[in-house]
Amino acid sequence: MPYLYNTQEDQQAMLAAIGAGSIEELFDTIPAELRFTGELDIPPALSEMELDQHMRELASRNKSASSAVCFLGGGSYDHFVPAVVDVIGSRSEFYTSYTPYQAEASQGNLQVMFEYQSLITELTGMDVSNASLYDGASSAAEAVLMAIASTGRHGKVIVPESLHPEYRLTIETYLENLTTEVVTLKTPGGVIDPDTLAELLDDTVAAVVLQQPNFFGCVEDADAVSKLTKDAGALLIAAFDPISLGILKRPGDYGASIAVAEGHTLGTPMSYGGPYLGILACEKSLVRRMPGRIAGQTVDRRGNTCYVLTMQTREQHIRREKATSNVCTNQGLFALRATVYLAQLGPEGLRETASLCLQKTRYAAEQLCQQERFSLAFAEPTFKEFVIRDAENRVDELLKFALDKGYMAGVPLGRWYPELSDCFLVAVTEKRTKAEIDGLVDVLTHTALKKVQAAMSQIK
Amino acid sequence: MRNTRDTNLLCELSKPGRRAARLPACDVPVQEIADLLPAEAVAPQPPALPELSEPQIIRHFVNLSTLNMSVDTHFYPLGSCTMKYNPKRNERAAAMTGIADLHPYQPEETLQGMLALLYEMQEYLQEISGLEACSLQPAAGAHGEYTALLVAAAYFRDMNQERTKVLVPDNAHGTNPASAAMAGFQSISVKTTSDGFVDMADLAAKLDDEVAVMMITNPSTLGLFEPHMREIADKVHAVGGLIYLDGANMNAILGISRPGDFGADMQHYNPHKTFSGPHGGGGPGAGPICVTKKLGPYLPAPIVREDGKRYFLDFDMPKSIGQVRSFFGNVGVLVRAYCYIRTHGPDGLRAVSENAVLNANYLLSRVKHILPVPQGNRCMHEFVASAATLKKEKGITAMDVAKRLLDYGFHAPTVYFPLTVPEAMMCEPTESESKETLDAFAEVLFRITEEDAQTLHDAPHTTAVSRPDEVRAARQPVLTWAALAD
Repeated sequence: MPYLYNTQEDQQAMLAAIGAGSIEELFDTIPAELRFTGELDIPPALSEMELDQHMRELASRNKSASSAVCFLGGGSYDHFVPAVVDVIGSRSEFYTSYTPYQAEASQGNLQVMFEYQSLITELTGMDVSNASLYDGASSAAEAVLMAIASTGRHGKVIVPESLHPEYRLTIETYLENLTTEVVTLKTPGGVIDPDTLAELLDDTVAAVVLQQPNFFGCVEDADAVSKLTKDAGALLIAAFDPISLGILKRPGDYGASIAVAEGHTLGTPMSYGGPYLGILACEKSLVRRMPGRIAGQTVDRRGNTCYVLTMQTREQHIRREKATSNVCTNQGLFALRATVYLAQLGPEGLRETASLCLQKTRYAAEQLCQQERFSLAFAEPTFKEFVIRDAENRVDELLKFALDKGYMAGVPLGRWYPELSDCFLVAVTEKRTKAEIDGLVDVLTHTALKKVQAAMSQIK
Repeated sequence: MRNTRDTNLLCELSKPGRRAARLPACDVPVQEIADLLPAEAVAPQPPALPELSEPQIIRHFVNLSTLNMSVDTHFYPLGSCTMKYNPKRNERAAAMTGIADLHPYQPEETLQGMLALLYEMQEYLQEISGLEACSLQPAAGAHGEYTALLVAAAYFRDMNQERTKVLVPDNAHGTNPASAAMAGFQSISVKTTSDGFVDMADLAAKLDDEVAVMMITNPSTLGLFEPHMREIADKVHAVGGLIYLDGANMNAILGISRPGDFGADMQHYNPHKTFSGPHGGGGPGAGPICVTKKLGPYLPAPIVREDGKRYFLDFDMPKSIGQVRSFFGNVGVLVRAYCYIRTHGPDGLRAVSENAVLNANYLLSRVKHILPVPQGNRCMHEFVASAATLKKEKGITAMDVAKRLLDYGFHAPTVYFPLTVPEAMMCEPTESESKETLDAFAEVLFRITEEDAQTLHDAPHTTAVSRPDEVRAARQPVLTWAALAD
C-alpha cells in the first residue's frame, strides 16, 4: 500500500503493545450496525506511473492557456508567474507546514505573514491587512459583514451591476439568512452614475461595494462614489485589481474603509478558478472586526524580535459563536506566493506590468473596433479588459470560431447580463504579444468569418 | 548554519534603484497614460514596494523557510489536523499543463478532462460518505460547514418551517458555533459527559421543533466513536432536525463507517487532511460537502453532470442557495485529493484508516504510561492526553511539554483543545508514520516529563526564538513594517 510503512512484524508488535488481537478489534467501539461492510465503489489503485499517465490523459482532454491564446478575464487572468515564486512556493518547509500554532516552530511562516500584511498595506494604502482569506468574492462578503457590524446598520448594502456578478451572488448568499437587504444599483453606462447612487443612499445603508477597475474593465469615478458613500455615513468597500495599482490610485487614496481583492494575479496559477487568494485590508479602526489570521511583531523571552499570531480573541477557536468570522484554514501558501511576487516585481516592475496591460488592452480594443462589426459597449476608459459588442449578435458562433483557430477570445456576458448577450469581455495581460493580439483581431474580423459563413451556407 | 542577515525584513533589505524583474519592452504603440486614463484615477507613483535583487529574495525566503517545522522535515502529530505525508506525485499532477493553466470561464468543450475528474470526485465523495449529492465549491472545512448550514436554512425555508437553533457539543471545533452564528442561527451548546460523549439527557432537554441542525464531530475531537450516534440521529430526526457531520476526522473511518449510514444528512470533507493535500502553512484547503438527496437541490451551483456524451456544468438549480465564492472551487486541492483516492482504491483507503487507527492506538499505549489519557485505553485516529497531573505535581503545563518537544525535533501536538480536557495534548500520528518514529516520540515525551521544571518553563532552547510575548503583541499591535516607524 502506498504511504503505509509499518511491516507486518511492526503491526504485530504494535497490536501486542496495545493488547489487541487484530486491527479489526480496534474498531470494536463502532456499533456493529453502523459499520460499512461492503467495498467502496471506487476504481482500483493506480501505481505512480499509471496515475501519471492517467492524469496526462485527462489533461490532454483540456485546452488551456498553453494550447490556446488566452484573452479570458473576469476575475481570473493569465498573468506571468516568475520562476522565483514557484521555487519558493515549492519549499517543503513552507507548503507542508500548517497554521503557526507553535510560534517557535513557525517563524518562517509568521514573518512571511507579517511581510505579506506589510506589502498589502503598501499596495492598497490601507492601515492593516489580515493574513489572507479564501478568494475575492468571499472576501467581499466578509467585508460586507464587517461593515454591517461596525456601522450597526442592518438595513442595506449597495452593490452596483458593475461589480463582478459572482461577487454579487456571493454577497447575496452570505446575507440570505440575515436581515440586511442587497440593493443592486443599475449601471447601464458601464460605471456607477453618482446621481443614481445618491438616490439609493440613506442612513440604513451599511456599505457600498465598488469594483475598481470594474467587472467590465472600466475605471470608475472612485472619488465621487467615495464622497457620496461617506457623506451618507456608510463604508466604502473597494474591490481592486492588485496589478492595476501599479498605475491607478490605491483604495486608501480614495477613502475606502475596507479593500478586498482576488489576489491570484500575484503569482498563483489560474487552476480552473482556485485555490486563489482573498485579500482583505482595512482602516485601523476596524482591525478588531477583521476576519482571519493576523500576525504581529513582538519580542521573545530573550528580547529577540519575533512574530506571533495575534488578536486571536476575534477568532473562532477562542470566541466560538461570538467570533468575527468562522475562518480557520485560509490561503497561507498563496499569501507567500504574493509576497515573493511583489518582492520580485518591486515598484517599477509592478508599474511596468500594469502599463503593459493598459497599453496592450487599448491596442487590442482599437484594432477590434476598426471593424464595423465591433464596438466598445461602454465609452469609459478601461484598464486590462473591455466589453466588445457584436453588431451581428452572434457571440457564441464568433467565440467558437476563434477557439477552433486557437484563441480563447473572450467571456460571453449573456449568462449574467441578458441585455449584454451580444457582448463579450476581452482581457489582455502583459503576456499577450502584439502578434497574438493581431491574430485575435484577424480571426474575429469579418473577412475571416465571411469565408466560414460562406462555406457553411454552401453546406446548408 | 543560521543566516540572520538575509532574514531581515524585506523593507530593511531594500535599496532604491535595485530591481529583480525585467519586463519586456512594449511591442504595441505606446500612448501617454494621461490620454488613456482620467488624471484623478492615476497614482502619482507606484506603491512603495521594496527594491531587491533576485538572489536576495531567494536567500531571504529560503532562510526563512528553515525556521519552520513541516511534515517533510519533522514528525508533526498536530491533533485534528491530520498532518500526513503529502505525496509528490500529486504535486506534479496539479502543476501539469492542462490542469494548472485552465481558466475558469473556458467553454465546457475545452474542459472535458477536468470536468470528468471533478465529476468523478463528486461520485467518490458521495460513495465514501454514503450520501447522494455533492458540491465541491466550499474553500475550506469551515466554509463547508457554513455552506451546509445555508443549505439547511434554504431547505427549511422551502418547507415553510421556522427553525432558528443549531446544536453543537461543547467539545466541537470553534468553527462549528462560529459557522452557525454566521449562517444566522442561534448556536446552542450541548454538554458532553466525562467520557467525552454527547450527554443524552442534555440533548433531550435542548431538542425541540426549533432545532434546524445538530452538528456533530464523529469520531469526536477526543478521537472516540460516538456510541450513541444512531440514537442521536434518530432523536434529532424525530423533531424534524438534520444531522451535520463535521468531517474533520474522516481519516479514521474511510470504508469502515459511512456518515450517511450512521444518520448524517450533511457532511464536509477536509481534503487537505484526509486526502493528503498539503497544508500550505495555513491553507489552501477545500471543504466539499455531501448531502442527502432531498437536500441536493439546495446545494451551491454549479454541479458537474454528464449526459452520456459529455460533462457539463449545471447552473439550472432554481432552489440553490447561490454561490459561496467565485468560480468552481479549490480545484488545485481537489486534483491532489483525486490523485490520492486513485492511488489507493477501495482497499487502500480502508488500509489508510486501519493504519491511522493502529498508529494512534500504539502511540496511546505508550503515552498513557507517561501522561494520563482520561478518555480511556482505546481511540480512533487520535487521542487526548492530559498534563493536568504533571501541572499539579511539578508545575509543568501542556504548553511547557509542547515547547520542549520542539527541542527534540518533534512538532507539538495540539494543546488546550478540546476545552473539555484540562491541559489537553491532542496527538494524531497519522498512518504515514513508522513505528520507529512513534517509539522515538514516546521516549522523548517520557524524558521530558523527567526533566526539571525550569528547563521546561524556559523551553524551547534550540529554536531561533523562545516564548514570544503574546500579551505585548495583542496589547501593542505591530502588524506591518510601517507600524515599526511609528
